Amino acid sequence: MLHIYCPHCQELREEEEFHCSGEAHIARPLDPDNCTDAEWGEYIFFRKNPRGIQHEMWYHTTGCRKFFNVTRDTQTYEIKEVYKIGEQPKVVAEG
Amino acid sequence: MSEATAPEKEVTNVAVMNQLPSGDIRAESPLHHAELDKLAARNPRAGGVILRELKLLGHLTLRGSQDNQSFMDGCAAVFGIALPTKPLTSVEKGSVSIRWMSPDEWLVVVPGDQAFEIERSLRAAIEGHFQVVNGSGGQTLIELSGPNAVDVLKKSTVLDLHPSQFPVGKVAGSVFAKATAVVRRSGEDTWELVVRRSFADYIWLWLQDASREYGLVVKA
Repeated sequence: MLHIYCPHCQELREEEEFHCSGEAHIARPLDPDNCTDAEWGEYIFFRKNPRGIQHEMWYHTTGCRKFFNVTRDTQTYEIKEVYKIGEQPKVVAEG
Repeated sequence: MSEATAPEKEVTNVAVMNQLPSGDIRAESPLHHAELDKLAARNPRAGGVILRELKLLGHLTLRGSQDNQSFMDGCAAVFGIALPTKPLTSVEKGSVSIRWMSPDEWLVVVPGDQAFEIERSLRAAIEGHFQVVNGSGGQTLIELSGPNAVDVLKKSTVLDLHPSQFPVGKVAGSVFAKATAVVRRSGEDTWELVVRRSFADYIWLWLQDASREYGLVVKA
């Protein structure tokens, strides 16, 4: 069970209250009508799925109903940091 | 999709209607079928948990930016008290209580017959981008009190309810049983749950079961 800090409620809550919405910082092609199938496919289907540091989006479903980002180690499940949408992570994977 | 965008002024002229039934139409709370008043009449006098439905109140959901001065000032003027900006807090003045729901959302509970008037006052007082929705029919308030009320809540939610973590006045939305509820501590031993209409019956059944070992007293 993860103990997750919600940056909007500003306190730690149980994982049960949240929903993980997958990888963060995925940019939608600016002009979907004129991008290539490869670009669109990349956007829709392909994810990094790293072993180690991952940035992911979480949703505080039963609380404030806001999205935010979490940097988490996929091997240890350790949450390195929590930051709001629009902000950049401080902890990033090396190399 | 319409190409034309409505002029700024019309945004505040959205259709609002009084949702309060009048004449022969009877208003029924989400727990109307549970006949709490009949249960209250033949109840035991003592028990560790006292349950009461605060029914047919006006529930207004307010959304707006804390940076919009007109929004913050307008709300303060209409309610006579400023919106709580500190996360997970609530304020109360007379018959009005305001719960912080998220940084740009508040739930205002008012007497049922004042909801329409307050909604209109807000629309008149506030300029700019904001939203007020009367959701009175969609949810209800259940009040739990008594020395064992907190024990019933501990069975139902993952929130930390210790007084050091959950002081009087705190509000938190969380999972409740297998549904959700917005929990507010309104007194040392008094708790208020905002539950959805569709979950009200389930939560009522759950609360009866969870409070059986302490003795449940239903108040009308």
